[in-house]
Amino acid sequence: MTGQTVVQLTDLAFGYERDRPVLAQINMSVRAGQIVALMGGSGCGKTTVLRLIGGVVRATAGEVRVFGDDVAAMDQAELYRMRERLGMLFQFGALFTDLTVFDNVAFPLRERTNLGERMIRDLVLMKLQAVGLRGASQLMPHQLSGGMSRRVALARGIALDPQLMLFDEPFTGLDPISLATIGTLVRELNDALGASSIIVTHDVQESLNIVDYLYFIAAGRVVAQGTPDEVRASEEPFVRQFVRGEVEGVVPFHQPANDYRSDLLAADR
Amino acid sequence: MATEPQTAIEPKADRPGVLGTLRAALEHLGGWVLRVLIRLGYIGRFAVAVVRFSGPSFARFGLVMREIYFAGVLSLVIISVSGLFVGMVLGLQGYDTLVRYGSANALGTLVALSLLRELGPVVAALLFASRAGSAITAEIGLMKATEQLAAMEMMAVEPIARVVAPRFWGGVISMPLLAAIFSAVGIFGGYVVGVLIVGLDSGSFWSQMQSAVDLRDDLLNGVIKSFVFGVAVTLIAVFEGYDAAPTAEGVSGATTRTVVTSALVILALDVVMTALMFRGI
Amino acid sequence: MNRNRLLDLWVGIFVMLGILALAFLALRAANASTFSSGVTYTVQARFDNVGSLKVRAPVRSAGVMVGRVSSISFDPETYEAVVQFTVATAYQFPKDTAAKILTAGLLGEQYIGLSAGGDTVMLKEGDVLHLTQSAVVLETLIGQFLYNKAAEGKPAESKPAEGGDAKGAASSK
Ligand SMILES: Nc1ncnc2c1ncn2[C@@H]1O[C@H](COP(=O)(O)OP(=O)(O)O)[C@@H](O)[C@H]1O
Ligand SMILES: [Mg+2]
Repeated sequence: MTGQTVVQLTDLAFGYERDRPVLAQINMSVRAGQIVALMGGSGCGKTTVLRLIGGVVRATAGEVRVFGDDVAAMDQAELYRMRERLGMLFQFGALFTDLTVFDNVAFPLRERTNLGERMIRDLVLMKLQAVGLRGASQLMPHQLSGGMSRRVALARGIALDPQLMLFDEPFTGLDPISLATIGTLVRELNDALGASSIIVTHDVQESLNIVDYLYFIAAGRVVAQGTPDEVRASEEPFVRQFVRGEVEGVVPFHQPANDYRSDLLAADR
Repeated sequence: MATEPQTAIEPKADRPGVLGTLRAALEHLGGWVLRVLIRLGYIGRFAVAVVRFSGPSFARFGLVMREIYFAGVLSLVIISVSGLFVGMVLGLQGYDTLVRYGSANALGTLVALSLLRELGPVVAALLFASRAGSAITAEIGLMKATEQLAAMEMMAVEPIARVVAPRFWGGVISMPLLAAIFSAVGIFGGYVVGVLIVGLDSGSFWSQMQSAVDLRDDLLNGVIKSFVFGVAVTLIAVFEGYDAAPTAEGVSGATTRTVVTSALVILALDVVMTALMFRGI
Repeated sequence: MNRNRLLDLWVGIFVMLGILALAFLALRAANASTFSSGVTYTVQARFDNVGSLKVRAPVRSAGVMVGRVSSISFDPETYEAVVQFTVATAYQFPKDTAAKILTAGLLGEQYIGLSAGGDTVMLKEGDVLHLTQSAVVLETLIGQFLYNKAAEGKPAESKPAEGGDAKGAASSK
């Protein structure tokens, strides 16, 4: 647990539009071998953090370091080299709908390596075996259930043996069994690959079981953090609200808006 | 917003005046022109990127083959059937007109020239835009909406190289072939009406056609037209898909725009190219 | 793999069809064997009146197409029309060949008809034809016809056909 730092975010700030900041000040770090959970309400900017780590968007202030290098300073080629060491699982799998399960998993191998077809075949079957879907290799993505799609995407994400895995809400919309399957897989694969992982999720209970560390984001800042044991024992109002799923609490139910009364009156004019 | 109550108090503000209206109209127009120019610049930049990332399309031609299948092979039926009908209608209408001047023998010429110079390239391109262009837009737009393009980017694969460029070249290669098939089937349709139904002499039908149709001025110019249409339609289709808002409405709106914009661009380009090509006649 | 094979086959069929269509258009609809792409030589002829002769109009001899009109211009010195036309190198004509502007059918397109002379020297690139006959203008013809009819005071039957000596070389029919 005390390996070198894989991801380091320092005073990170970002907004898609200039006058609407999404992230104000984020500080977090991921060490080699760790699985870190990133939690927060919908729309608080969790996916955005993953995009910043992958270099898809650039920070307006602060620093993103991945494998020790500053992402903002990379050119296109360096960025692509960095992404080769990175596996990302999108919210709904984002499988290529025109390719079979097999070809989906083979995709990064065919695009980014010069391996022969035989070698690729063996690797793909190994990855599919790891997620338990070798039998589904000739199915098309639309023939898969949500949980199976997520597992295929996981196999595709680990095809190049990444050193850092990013998971965007891997548990959303799954039944409890699939959910536990994915959770276990994430932990097993992370340890087998010797990789590190960041999991964006709402599912506190599942993540408490598998992760090493948790960060809570609200209003563009890290509002709480700790190991699973610390989180379970925490008396902080935000953490309690999140763990118990209460509607009103420190996290406001309403988006910031003009005065309600004056908005309604404005409509009459 | 804070100024609004103030203007309501001032009596002068009730009459904006001619100058005010004119100014607003000009500003509106200026804004529109500016937006169109910005969009054109964006499309231009996109086109350059497509060409720049075309390497893999030719290194791995299987990618383009697949797109020729979807853009070309799947358009074959609609292109052939439409070509046949258009040719037959040309035969019927042309005969009806020519026979009044005793020139029914020139029917072959009329059918062939109409198809090779205008109807073949233009109608085939219009059909291509609605059959293949809309499908390309919808496919790329959906890939974007379902984060497939983002996933590709995160796997260090450039979506323009892997998704856009093969579709672009597939369309560019398919279009001239489809237009040629359209014209050929259309001439056959004219032959069916003129010779088999109306009973013109088959020999003079073909010989009149051959003596009037020029290889370079008519056939080659028609092929050039269909190639230009192919580039325009496919570029519009891939651009609209790539630029679509990643939602259901975004994709459906982009698909509609592909068909409408393509139709307008085809007809406008046709006017320009016809004026350039057949100036001396 | 099987799916890919089938796809390749279909694409192959499609490309073959496209090439066949192009070949059909080139060989059957147009006439690939004629001059527009082959070797030609250019000859000039001067006419008092070209009528409605157009660029690209055919040049025929004995009803067979041998070339095409490439340009028509007006000479402000002599007030004549200068017509350039190309003839396929395969067809050689004597130097004293005559050029007439003829009409295919009564209202058909106008073309240049060549009648070979007896010279032993053949035409070559850039030569000028001196024996020419201008287009028959229909209005003039009708005017003449009415004038003759009025003068002779009897129905004319074969007279208008005289104008038709201009279309003696019409190919069709
Ligand atoms: N491409 C984008 N352009 C503009 N705004 C965006 C974009 N993507 C997300 N946002 C906005 O940024 C905020 C954070 O989004 P996101 O990171 O996706 O949230 P989360 O993943 O936590 O639900 C949201 O308010 C969202 O509306
Ligand atoms: Mg998200």
